[in-house]
Amino acid sequence: MAPSEFRQPRPADPVALDDRARDNLRFIRETMERAASFTAVPGWGGVAMGITALGAAVIASRQTSPSAWLLTWVIEAIVAIAIAVWTTLSKARAAGTSLLSGPGRRFVYSFAPPLFVGALLTLVIAHIGGTGAIAGIWLLLYGTGVVTGGAFSIRVVPLMGLCFMVLGTVALFCPSSWSDAFLAAGFGGLHVAFGAVIARKYGG
Amino acid sequence: MAAKSGVFRGAREEKTKRGMSGARPAEMPAANLDRLIHERTRLGIVSALAVNASLTFSDLKELLQVTDGNLSVHARKLEDAGYLGCTKSFAGRVPRTEYRLMPAGRRALEKYLDHMEALIRATREG
Repeated sequence: MAPSEFRQPRPADPVALDDRARDNLRFIRETMERAASFTAVPGWGGVAMGITALGAAVIASRQTSPSAWLLTWVIEAIVAIAIAVWTTLSKARAAGTSLLSGPGRRFVYSFAPPLFVGALLTLVIAHIGGTGAIAGIWLLLYGTGVVTGGAFSIRVVPLMGLCFMVLGTVALFCPSSWSDAFLAAGFGGLHVAFGAVIARKYGG
Repeated sequence: MAAKSGVFRGAREEKTKRGMSGARPAEMPAANLDRLIHERTRLGIVSALAVNASLTFSDLKELLQVTDGNLSVHARKLEDAGYLGCTKSFAGRVPRTEYRLMPAGRRALEKYLDHMEALIRATREG
C-alpha cells in the first residue's frame, strides 16, 4: 500500500567511458582549486596589515585637515596591499602553487571590483567634500570583496568579510568623528584577530 | 573504541564498494588503471595534496567532507603504498597529523591524469 517503502535503485545508465574520464578530470581539477584557495590566505600578513592600520588610525586622528586625513589612510591602503601581495606570494611559493592559477585569479576577479568602486567613491566624496561616509563605505566594500573572494576559502575568511560589512553598516549611521575608531576596529582589530586565527590553524 | 569501530566501518564500506564495482573492469578496459587512486576519496586526498606542501587531517576532512574513519582508512592505504608521507606531532595537547605527497604519489597522479586524457582521446577518435 505504501507506494515505495523500498526505493528500487534505478538500473544504472551505461555511462560512456569518456564521460567518466572527463568527470574524473573535473573532480581532480575542482579538488585542486578548492585545496589551493583553501589555505592561500596569509594569516601573518593579516596581522601585519592590522598593526599598520592601528598605527594609521593614530596618525589619522591627529590630522586637522580632511585631505591630510584622507592621505594618511590612502598611504595605509597602499602599504596594506603591498603586505597582502607579498605575504600571499611567499605563502604560495612555500606551498609550491602559482597565484595565477584558477583560485588566485578567481580571488582577484571577485575582490577587485568592490575595491575599484571604493576607490572611485572615495574620489567623488573627496571632491564633493565631507569625508564622513568614507569609513563606512570602505569597510562595507572591503568586506564585500572578502566575502565574495573568500567564498571558496576556509570558512573564517568569508566570516571576516561579514564582520567588516556589519561594522561598515554601523559606521554609516554613526557620527563621522568616530571614523578612525571604526577604521581601527575593522582594518586593525579584525585583521589582527582573524589573521592570528588563520596563521595558527592554517599554516602561516 | 569509537575510533576503532569507525576505521572498521570504513574498511568494510571499501569492501562492499569493490564488490559492487565488479562490473567496472569491462567498462574501464585499461589494465594498468591505478586502482589505488581511482577511488574518489583517495583521488581527492592526492589532488588536494598536489597543490599544498602539506595538509592536516582536519584540513582534509573539511575539504573532502568525509568522516574520520573513512579518511583515516584511505589515507592509510595511500601511506602504505608510499604515496603519502605522514608526520604525527602534538599542537599543545591535541594530536596533529600532517600529510604530504611523496614523489611516488605525484607520479601516480600524473599517470592517472595521462590515462584519463588518453581515454577521452581514444573515444573521440573511435
